[in-house]
Amino acid sequence: MLYDIRLELSHSYAGRASGARHLTRVVPATLPGRQVVRTSLLSCAPLADTRHGFRDFFGNEATVFYHDRPHDEMIVTMQARVQCDAPEAQLDMSPDRARLAQEIAQVSSLGSDAPHHFLGPSPRVPVRSELAQFAREVVAHTRGGVLPQMQALGRALHKEMKFDASATTVETPMIEAFEKRHGVCQDFSHIQIAALRSLGIPARYVSGFLRTLPPPGKPRLEGADAMHAWISAWCGADMGWIEYDPTNDLSIETDHVVVAYGRDYSDVSPIKGVLRTAAKGTSAQGVDMIPVERAA
Amino acid sequence: MSDPMAAPADDPIETQALLSGYAPQPGVADELYDSAGKIRPVWRDFVRHLSRLDETGIANRFNRGEQYLRDAGVFYRKYGAEAASERDWPLSHIPVLLSQDEWTRIASGLIERADLLERVVADLYGENRLLAEGHLPAELIAQNPAWLRPLVGVNPASGHFLNFIAFEVGRAPSGQWWVLGDRTDAPSGAGFALENRIATSRIFPNFYAQANVHRLAGFFQAFREGLVGHRRDRDEPIALLTPGQMNDVYFEHAYLARYLGMLLVEGEDLTVDQGRLKVRSVDGLRPISVLWRRLDAEFCDPLELNEGSTLGTPGLVDVVRRGQVASVNALGAGVLETRAMLAFLPKISRALTGRPLTLPNIATWWCGQSAERAHVLANRDRMMISSAYATRLPYDDPGGTSIPEDLRSEGGDRVAELLQTKGRDLVGQEIVTLSTTPVWEEGRLAPRPMSLRVFLARTPTGWRVMPGGYARVAAQNNASAIAMQAGGAVSDVWIVSDGPVPKPTMISAPTPGVSGDGHAASLPSRAADNLYWLGRYVERAEGAMRAYRAFFGLLSAGVVAEAELPTFILSNLLREGSSNPTTLARQFQDPLEAALACGARIRDRISVDGLLALKDVAKAVQKLVEAPIAIEEAAPATGILLRKLTGFSGLVHENMYRSTGWRFMSAGMSIERASAMCTTLARIGDPDAPEGALDLALELGDSVMAHRGRFMKPATPESLTQILALDSLNPRSVLYHLERLKHHIDALPRTRQDDTLSPVARCMLQAHTDLAVQSADSLDPAKLRALRAQIWTLSDLLSETYMR
Repeated sequence: MLYDIRLELSHSYAGRASGARHLTRVVPATLPGRQVVRTSLLSCAPLADTRHGFRDFFGNEATVFYHDRPHDEMIVTMQARVQCDAPEAQLDMSPDRARLAQEIAQVSSLGSDAPHHFLGPSPRVPVRSELAQFAREVVAHTRGGVLPQMQALGRALHKEMKFDASATTVETPMIEAFEKRHGVCQDFSHIQIAALRSLGIPARYVSGFLRTLPPPGKPRLEGADAMHAWISAWCGADMGWIEYDPTNDLSIETDHVVVAYGRDYSDVSPIKGVLRTAAKGTSAQGVDMIPVERAA
Repeated sequence: MSDPMAAPADDPIETQALLSGYAPQPGVADELYDSAGKIRPVWRDFVRHLSRLDETGIANRFNRGEQYLRDAGVFYRKYGAEAASERDWPLSHIPVLLSQDEWTRIASGLIERADLLERVVADLYGENRLLAEGHLPAELIAQNPAWLRPLVGVNPASGHFLNFIAFEVGRAPSGQWWVLGDRTDAPSGAGFALENRIATSRIFPNFYAQANVHRLAGFFQAFREGLVGHRRDRDEPIALLTPGQMNDVYFEHAYLARYLGMLLVEGEDLTVDQGRLKVRSVDGLRPISVLWRRLDAEFCDPLELNEGSTLGTPGLVDVVRRGQVASVNALGAGVLETRAMLAFLPKISRALTGRPLTLPNIATWWCGQSAERAHVLANRDRMMISSAYATRLPYDDPGGTSIPEDLRSEGGDRVAELLQTKGRDLVGQEIVTLSTTPVWEEGRLAPRPMSLRVFLARTPTGWRVMPGGYARVAAQNNASAIAMQAGGAVSDVWIVSDGPVPKPTMISAPTPGVSGDGHAASLPSRAADNLYWLGRYVERAEGAMRAYRAFFGLLSAGVVAEAELPTFILSNLLREGSSNPTTLARQFQDPLEAALACGARIRDRISVDGLLALKDVAKAVQKLVEAPIAIEEAAPATGILLRKLTGFSGLVHENMYRSTGWRFMSAGMSIERASAMCTTLARIGDPDAPEGALDLALELGDSVMAHRGRFMKPATPESLTQILALDSLNPRSVLYHLERLKHHIDALPRTRQDDTLSPVARCMLQAHTDLAVQSADSLDPAKLRALRAQIWTLSDLLSETYMR
């Protein structure tokens, strides 16, 4: 599939900021064999006084924008044309959890893909016994390796939790969303990540885009009108990282475009900012991800 | 030894009384007595010296030390359940004495350890060979909050990760020294060591002068030289980054900044501009390429590290990544402090150097491995079991994670279960019995557990070890009471050489009473802001005190509060409805407290005496407010307050170095005084001003004598205007202060570009000229109010230009 993606992040400040420092992670990733960025354009208005990009620890493309002059709003726009190929269907070759632990221990690397980063608590995914218990109960009767366990967990969450775009904000703690059984993709993902880690299954957070309008005859997916989030779990040395969308109870094919990987939202948030002499005001996000009609 | 004072052996008669109660516990090493129960040679002369002093003599000496610490304003902040309070520095008056030989062994062991740590941390942020070769478990790093991913692959600009570190060491019962913990992020205590030394040398001045005790100054001098060498530009200051005045050891940050001539900055003072780290100063943005970081790494940058931090500088990590600033120590070096690292360092040492560590650390087992877990479980009565990722020192943990009783009280099964399920998060550490050292208690010496904190600095010629200065001593004969927050004390440590020691003198301690300002050229904007408002608030308090005194002066002379003149004072000058002395006192208590708050934020810039003088006034005000006073007493009491406050103003104008900072404080005073005088004169010139208002104005303006001397007749509106607005020789007049202000502003940076005046300078010139051309007849209330508006604009412009 070929998509045209457009993202607009706009921030209006409460008052005039005399300066601002922002860090963004919004450009789609290039993932060999799966996702190719044909072209991309990232811009900022007002024009930043300083701008440069770097690759962060997890390999994500990050861009900083520094504004030194007074301004009262900022708009970041990202446009990209991305080619998506469906991953090959895989048989379940995932080990059980005891075997998984051994395979993890055999990885003696701290590369950005190493499972070790994604096992312990992280800033937005603390250890919670309620979630550990939930996870144990769900997988108690699941047959097979950790892959079906991961899917069973996601399905259970999708069933128990209600998607509600107004129920939580980016600052709502994961556990609160779980207790109230509602939230958005960020909450679904954090909760599943916490559940997986409690079982000793390495799990990471994926931010990205979701196709805006479904192919004919399919339902519109939740979370398509803003940047989306899903998860990725390490299913043993053979299978590696497998992605899954708990908000829509969906395996990942060609409807999802990856932007960034991290331990949780705090590693990949689309935009982080610090303002001088002004408070954060309101922000809005607009996303379009449209399949490109091929020329005949 | 040629010293005639040296006696051949212990003198049983002289020292008997002193040592009668001194009984180290069996199985515990002691600093004073060796294992055979004899006084160690290094202590002999000192104990003899002490035994010759009588009780009063000792009390006087200890007082001298305490007095020094009070005068120098040494404090630390103790965190309580509700508020953090400033506490006096808990000096134990008896130093710990160590022989040169003993020290040489400790120092060389620590240098070896420092080199090993440098290699380990370079590997953790670089090649990761230790992991690949199985010397460290990957998860211990990957799940470690102190391992900062944004710094992976970043080479430190100074060439090293570690430049200033500390070790906590203790002596085991065998006499062997052990490392209890490594402090590699931003260790504190070196500045306090200097104060320990000064205070202790004042307690034992004669003895210290003739004893061959290694001096500390050379260490700091060498450290500073090391930092200076990393600067990009000779004119650049070195910045010391502090979390700010609420930090428990802020005193030390301010002290060291002054002592070493560094610029004390908070995260807010710094900004990233055109790829470089810069400090916002009154001269504009000035580059910084060396940052001595005393703020925990995690809080240094809200964009790439802890996103909740309000203490950091957004973009700092980015500048570090680009090699544009040398952070001392490198961001992320704190990962070495992780307790579980102690379990692996011995093996890593053998793997990297082929040798075991000469100075071992306390035996530690990471419970993520089954054999180690079993060992900890089997020996749990001799273990402290605690978090593997903890970075605090053993004995220093609040909440008791390091105290074995806590876990054991839950029963053996609980420990076994915990080790089984949470083993990866736990370490077991052998409980170390620390050696004891003498403290002074009820007239004699008593043994208390102690540990040394030893500082190492990287210098152009390699590691340098600070010879002594800092030991922590427990409050009771129990090692878990060693933490200062738990009532422990701190001692000086004397390394005694057999021969004469070098006595470096280049850096002398900052003298209380004189504000050093060795970096006048780069006054941070925030410091300027605080100095300016300190000046304004002090002046505002003074104005309110004068009005208060005048009000109660009238009342005690029999005028009723409802009469015209008292009502005029209340509503126009004190802006308060109540005539209650306590309520009214808030009018000067509030600004005074605000002034103190400003002062506390810039301890490195105002003299200790100045701050103490202000605190004295605040204390006196507090007393006045707490004990209800009679109306007749209110005016005289305020007179005393005013004299005390004048003491502060006197220090400012007589004792402070004429730095840019001083100009801002003085400018704040002038702006406040000039605008307040405009208000008073305008109001008194209004047609509805009550009778007696002219004399009131003279009293408020402290110009009764000046007026009499110049006019020899009762005050008229014109004479009043002349003396309080237009007389450039009267330090109470508006013109006097506009002239002083103009003088200050002309001396500020960036007031003129080519031939154009800056907005500040233009506004200043305009205000000054507008007043100077007036005469006593022409200066009416409307003009006074317009002038006041100009002064306020000037204040805004000053803020905008220099204080943001």
